[in-house]
Parts: sequence; structure tokens; C-alpha cells
Amino acid sequence: MLEVRGLTKRFGGLTAVDRASLDVAEGSIVGLIGPNGAGKTTLFATIAGFHRPDEGKVAFMGRDITGARPDRICERGMVRTFQITQPFAKLSVLENIMVGAWLRTADRGEAMTRATDVARRVGLVDRLDMPAGDLTVAGRKRLELARALATAPKLLLLDEVMAGLNPTEISEIVDIIRAIRADGVTILLIEHVMQAVMRLAEQVFVLNDGRMIAEGTPAAIAADPKVVEAYLGHGAAGRMLKDPPHA
Amino acid sequence: MRSRFGLLCAAGLVAALVYPLLFGGPVALLWRSNYAVNTGFLILFVAFIGQSWNIAGGFAGQTSFGHVVFFGTGAYVSTILHVTYGWNPWLAWPLAAAAGALVGWMIAVLSFRAGLKGSYFALITLAFAEVFRILANSVPITRGGLGMLIKADPRPENFQFRDAISFYYLALALCVLSIGIAWWLTRSRFGARLAAIRENEDAAMALGIDVFREKVRVLALSGAMCAAGGTVYAQKYLYIDPVIAFGVDKSVEMLLVSMVGGAGTIFGPLVGAGVLHIVGEVTRDLGNLVPGVKNAQPLALIVYGAILILIVRYLPDGLTSMFVRRGRAPRNG
Ligand SMILES: Nc1ncnc2c1ncn2[C@@H]1O[C@H](COP(=O)(O)OP(=O)(O)OP(=O)(O)O)[C@@H](O)[C@H]1O
Ligand SMILES: [Mg+2]
Repeated sequence: MLEVRGLTKRFGGLTAVDRASLDVAEGSIVGLIGPNGAGKTTLFATIAGFHRPDEGKVAFMGRDITGARPDRICERGMVRTFQITQPFAKLSVLENIMVGAWLRTADRGEAMTRATDVARRVGLVDRLDMPAGDLTVAGRKRLELARALATAPKLLLLDEVMAGLNPTEISEIVDIIRAIRADGVTILLIEHVMQAVMRLAEQVFVLNDGRMIAEGTPAAIAADPKVVEAYLGHGAAGRMLKDPPHA
Repeated sequence: MRSRFGLLCAAGLVAALVYPLLFGGPVALLWRSNYAVNTGFLILFVAFIGQSWNIAGGFAGQTSFGHVVFFGTGAYVSTILHVTYGWNPWLAWPLAAAAGALVGWMIAVLSFRAGLKGSYFALITLAFAEVFRILANSVPITRGGLGMLIKADPRPENFQFRDAISFYYLALALCVLSIGIAWWLTRSRFGARLAAIRENEDAAMALGIDVFREKVRVLALSGAMCAAGGTVYAQKYLYIDPVIAFGVDKSVEMLLVSMVGGAGTIFGPLVGAGVLHIVGEVTRDLGNLVPGVKNAQPLALIVYGAILILIVRYLPDGLTSMFVRRGRAPRNG
């Protein structure tokens, strides 16, 4: 459903994303991991139309969307969330979610029904009248998810929706994401919380220094020396193999 | 709670409707001629053009320092059509509004294509207003600095009225209409999109909003309203010149009444227009009492400035926010 081929994004002299390719099959949950500064957010933003790529192609549902505007891409059914949450601070939680819902209807009553329904699914229904700026970090992450979901997407790009949450909150979000997929939404998620990636994703891509260095099942990825190396630094994989931590 | 608010609105409207009958009719003969009715006209008129600013600056967050560019466009377009080409001013009126929409569209396309935002956009609008003022001062069609005089011919079909009351009711109708538009913005998809753009353009874009298109639309709407006000002003005072039509003080007035009353609120401009008018009158009277003060105008400006500073510091959401807890009306269904 999503095909990214050789995508490159440079900021001046810095190549944040370097010929990265990935595929997301319809109905799956795919993880994108990588150390800090690897270029994950930049890759998302470029896929979703926020940056114009310097090279490469993005195809969504069989159509080339390279360089298309974010609002057009959202209309087509692909929506991203922001790692640094971007609530409409002065609007209420319900109004925030309605902004997403208005994409698919011009009727206020219907937008409200859809938004309330989404709020129920992500567990925000008890805070509908609260100004979004007053939400806690966990609340804001849910709101990001809710607003995106309210646009009725086919593909959801989630950028670290679990960062900064406690283990209880993380399990709740994991359940919510599973339920979203069960409703037929395909999901590509960036996550630092490895445990969550392991529990959710069928397929994982690993980005390091802008380059895609590995792809596979979560188990295969966890055992891949290249990945361990990327995360822990030079020689770490070798040391770990020689000297397993729990021996 | 909501119905009480509706009742209050209805009561206010009835009061506004009977006000000139109480103070403008026989009482006016005993009192100071048309003072009360003209005061009412000015408040409602400024509330109307203030609302045109508020729709772009308050609801959509596109602050302008040069809104008078639309006002002057409307005033000149209808006056030129009427005086120079013999059009009936009622027919020229919608054209003036359309010209305001066109200027709004043009400024928006040029500024937003160039990626100007926030204070840069505000300054560009100011620059446009100044350019229009200089143009009006120098091209023959506006008769330059001489200004344009509309021949007095007080017949309703000529958009001129013998009595002050008619203009009062016209301003009241426009003010009510503009409040209706603002109310519609609080409930419609267009309004929700404007609020989203005001709060966060990136997030708005991510959620499928064509930010550029909506901003252009709101500037065109705002420009049309303000230009319609320009025609009314010209027909009431029967004279315009480049400073009246494009002077910076009207831009400031529109911005000020909205900010003082509450930018982005339905009643902000009306409340602000009322309060600032009364403050203006009081300072003028006080100024005249102070020995040695010959011209009280600067005093009024100083008081305006002080009020604005106090409001921005202590009531950033304007005077109306004192009456509405949490800054929003309760929601039901
Ligand atoms: N708008 C920008 N302008 C210039 N450099 C940028 C910009 N956005 C990101 N970068 C740089 O690109 C690189 C990749 O950043 P990015 O945010 O994509 O990484 P990330 O994998 O999402 O990291 P994290 O895990 O910390 O979120 C970093 O070196 C960052 O400083
Ligand atoms: Mg990131």
C-alpha cells in the first residue's frame, strides 16, 4: 500500500535520509526504529509531503505522491502524527478531533458524532471539553492519535506516540493501536519503546544515519548484529556475542 | 445557561432597535439634536468594520495592520462609480464589496505564496494600505488629495437619508449581519478550519486542510465586509479623501476594538467599539476641562494606549472573557 524507493532528504550539507526504501503491506503494522537522529521523523515528514524529497519516489495505493502537499496526501488517506505534539491549544479536545472529522463531512452533527466516537476509542471521552493545551503528555499523545484517526485514514503514520508514557499507559496505547488495525487501518509506527515494537509490529525497518540497514521480523531484527551495533556503538555486537549479558 | 444568553442577545437587539426612537425622536429636539443617534451609529459602524478585521485577525489569526486598504477600496469604488460614472450608489455597493474581496484575495495570494506569516504579513498589509493611500493621492480618477465630494441629494433611493436614524438602522443591520457571520464561523467547517490554522498551521495541514486556500478565502470575505463599510461611510459623510479612506488610524481602530473586546469572539468588536467610544468621549470632555489643554485628541490616544496595554497584560482574551468562564460558551449537542 505504501512504497518508498530511494528517498533522500538533505538539509544543507546534512543528509538526514539517504536513499531509504520501505514497503508497507495493507492491513499490517510495520515498525520503524533507529537511534536518535537517525532520520526517522524526517523520513515520515518527507513521505507525508512536509518536505520535498531531493531524490526518490513515494507511491501510496498505487499512485505516485512524490512531492504532493500534505493536505492532499491526507485526503487520499495517509495521515501522520507529530513526535512533538502539536495540539490546537486553545480549542477543546472535541474541537481538536473535529478538525480531523471535518475532512470527511461538512455536517456539524456528523463531525461531532465521529469525533466523539474516536475519542471513545482512544480513551479521551471524559476530557472532551478540556482545552487541549491543558492535557498531560499522555493526553496529548492520545489527542494526536485521535485527530489523525478522525480523518478516516487508510494508513496511519505514528511518530513515537508512546514516548514519555508510563508502562500502564503504554499497554493501553498498544491495545488501542491493535484495535485500530482490527478496524482495517494499516499502521507504520516509529517507536523507541522496543517492547512495544516487539509486541505490535509484524515487520520492522531499521534506519541508521539516514540509511535503511535492516528489515525483518522483530525477532530477526533483535538478533541482527548490524542493529545491535547501530544502537550500542562500535564492537558492541561482537562483545555481546562473546560475552552474553545474562551469562 | 445557553437560553439565558440567547435572551440577553434578544434583549440587546430590542434595546438597539428602540434606542433611536427614545433618544432620537422628540427627545432629540429637547436635547442635543442627533447626538445620541449618531453616537449609536458610530459604535455600530465601528463594530461592523471591527468585525471584518476580527474575522481575519481574530478567528483565522491573520493579523493585519492595514485593514483600511479594504475600507478605502470600497469607499472609492462606489464613490467613483457614483460620482464619475453616474451609477446609483445602491448598485455600486455590491461592486465595492466585490472590489474589497478582490483586493483581499490579491494581498493574500501575494503574501501567502511568498510564505509571509505573523508580523510579516501584518506589515505587508500596512504597506499595501500606504501604497493605496499614495495612489489615491496621485491618480486622476480619485481626484488626488482634493478628495471626492458626493452631491447631497437626500433620497433613500439615492443611498442618502435626511434623518440620522436611517443610517443608524443600516449600521445596526450590518453589525447584526457581521455578528451572524462570526457566529457561523464558530459552528461551521470553514470556521473550524480557520481556528485550526490560527492555532497551528502544520497540524492543520497534516489533517487535510488546504491552509493557503482557506487563508485566501477568509481575507476575501473580510475584505468584502470592510469595503461594504467604506461605501456606507462615504454615503453618510458625502466626502472622502486619501487620508480618510486609507489613513492608518482606521486600521488601528479596527484592530483595537477587536483586541479590547476580545479577538476571535463573536461580540468582541461590538463590546470594544462601545467601550472605546465612551472612553474617547469621556477623555475628550475631561481634556476640555483641564486648563491649558487646547486639543484633547492626543489625550484620548494616550488613554487608548494605556487601555490596550492593560488589556493585553491582564485580559489577553479581551473584555468579553470576563463574562465567559473558560473563554467558551457551554456546548449542548
Ligand atoms: N528541519 C531541519 N533542518 C535541518 N536539520 C534537520 C531538520 N530536521 C531534522 N534535522 C536533522 O536531521 C537529522 C535527523 O533528524 P530526525 O528528527 O529525522 O531524527 P529521528 O530519527 O526522528 O530522531 P529522534 O529519535 O531523536 O526523534 C538530525 O541530525 C536532525 O538534526
Ligand atoms: Mg523523531
